Amino acid sequence: MGSISIRNVTKQYGLPGKGTPVLHGIDAEIADGEFIVIVGPSGCGKSTLLRMVAGLEEISGGQIAISGKVVNDVEPSERDIAMVFQNYALYPHMSVFDNMAYGLKIAGVPKAEIQQRVDKAAGILQLGALLQRRPRELSGGQRQRVAMGRAIVRQPQVFLFDEPLSNLDAKLRAQTRIEIRKLHAELGVTSLFVTHDQVEAMTLAQRMIVMNAGSVEQIGSPEAVYARPATTFVAGFIGSPPMNLLRGRAEGATFHLGGQVLPLTHRAPRDGDIVLGLRPEHASLGESVGWPLQVELLEMLGAERLVHGKLGGAEFTLRLDGTLTPPAEGHTVPLQWSREHLHWFDAETGARIEG
Amino acid sequence: MVERRPTLGILAHVVLILGVIIVAFPLYVTFVASTQTAQDIVNAPMSLLPGSHLVENYTAAIQGRSTGAGSTAPVGRMMFVSLVSALVIALGKISISLLSAFAIVYFRFRFRMVAFWAIFMTLMLPVEVRISPTYKVVADLGMLNTFAGLTVPLIASATATFLFRQFFLTVPDELLEAARIDGAGPMRFFKDMLLPLSRTSMAALFVIQFIYGWNQYLWPLLVTTDESMYPVVIGIKRMIAGGEAANEWNLVMATAVLAMIPPALVVMLMQKWFVKGLVDTEK
Repeated sequence: MGSISIRNVTKQYGLPGKGTPVLHGIDAEIADGEFIVIVGPSGCGKSTLLRMVAGLEEISGGQIAISGKVVNDVEPSERDIAMVFQNYALYPHMSVFDNMAYGLKIAGVPKAEIQQRVDKAAGILQLGALLQRRPRELSGGQRQRVAMGRAIVRQPQVFLFDEPLSNLDAKLRAQTRIEIRKLHAELGVTSLFVTHDQVEAMTLAQRMIVMNAGSVEQIGSPEAVYARPATTFVAGFIGSPPMNLLRGRAEGATFHLGGQVLPLTHRAPRDGDIVLGLRPEHASLGESVGWPLQVELLEMLGAERLVHGKLGGAEFTLRLDGTLTPPAEGHTVPLQWSREHLHWFDAETGARIEG
Repeated sequence: MVERRPTLGILAHVVLILGVIIVAFPLYVTFVASTQTAQDIVNAPMSLLPGSHLVENYTAAIQGRSTGAGSTAPVGRMMFVSLVSALVIALGKISISLLSAFAIVYFRFRFRMVAFWAIFMTLMLPVEVRISPTYKVVADLGMLNTFAGLTVPLIASATATFLFRQFFLTVPDELLEAARIDGAGPMRFFKDMLLPLSRTSMAALFVIQFIYGWNQYLWPLLVTTDESMYPVVIGIKRMIAGGEAANEWNLVMATAVLAMIPPALVVMLMQKWFVKGLVDTEK
């Protein structure tokens, strides 16, 4: 029912042939009821893609289908979707009730049913007491909930979220994240959520679409994307603090980095220029044997400690449990890791190399 | 004031009171003159206290009289003509400029920029500049001495269009997108979103345009020859006969006071909206 099919979708601004392309051939299949997060840095085209699904932007090439029906030329109000905007986009001169009822009123839904649907949505989002207020009398979090209520009453097949948490403060963001998850568990409606925050992506997504510069880098569950990033971009984008990416040369069972020869426990998947990836939390301090990490500075974060240093001349960050004794700044300490936590990437394309 | 200086406070008050007296005094004299007989006024110095002929003078003015040096037309009828033309001009200007600003801001059509600049250029053509051709057209269409002739040539307004255009540009795009997703077409959006949000601008514009329409002198002078179609500002002038005939100043003053009342009322009643409309930034 609420499935979304995005096939070879491209977008360019300007005249065909002379314009600026912003999306290069996006392909994605989304099943009914899935919560999909589109994540990427600013300017990667994720909002543009969402707006094309919504019908607010023209589709330059390719096809988008919702529930099996191609919607390239269908008006937004006919696509059976609802959208939650970053700036809430509430109608300032209408009460909360009227804001939520507006779409239904235009569609000609009978008054009694409108009342019932709005009351139900208000109950789910705890807006009952605020129904007669104007948007300017509400806090940011309340406004966002009204925006979500407006989407819920339409009972659409797809929810579209355009960075809805970006305007909220950190605490409210965490709370609203959980509310959105609960909402999805209760209503089960297919949702497309756009964000630049990888924490939001990891916590909310059933599957993620990681985008960069107008292309899809990887589509997969948070676990899959975290454990097996498909490119150096995904490796460096997902996970905080980001994965350490070391550009060096592999020769047999050694890795040459900045003049230093670092021993490996196995052969590298291929010889020559290569990028080695290791997450800060997957490295540990050895007793005496290991790669030499020159400690530069420490960051104490409470439950954990970040050790920033240099390995073979390259920047390297190590995450230590907060209860362990930290190394002293200026000292060189041995770094240990296990084989399954090493990631290899092609030095030119950044693509993952298995092995 | 950051420093509390009593002398400056007193000075400010004195200046303000003086200002009020200078502006209000002529109005007071006019009112006093309208309550006396023509004879009392001409015998200098005129008494500064209101006389006893208030009701008599005003009824004579409103109903018109049979003798008199200048025009003896009933002021009541003239007030009606002024009221109708001022209202038609104000409301007409607002409706037309709302629609044209809406078209310019929210639609992309082939000659959009041409239309925009054409409207802009009309700012260079006040009524006085185009008065001869306009008169010819109105006369040829047989619109002399009609309400249509008084109001239609004055209705299109570039300033009002620009005011609304600037206002519409401040309406966030997301509002339009949310309305689109909710299924609102262009006119629905106009009626449900833009109009309610423009209320204060409309009120401010109404006050300004009503007073503009009420005070129109040159155009009505050309277009009307029949006394029953004079607006009241022309009526005042016509009551003052030139030459040596004795004018009935008390009735002229009464007419002037009557002419001042409706604009003053409009400003007073709408002043709350007027100020709000000029500084409102609620979103």
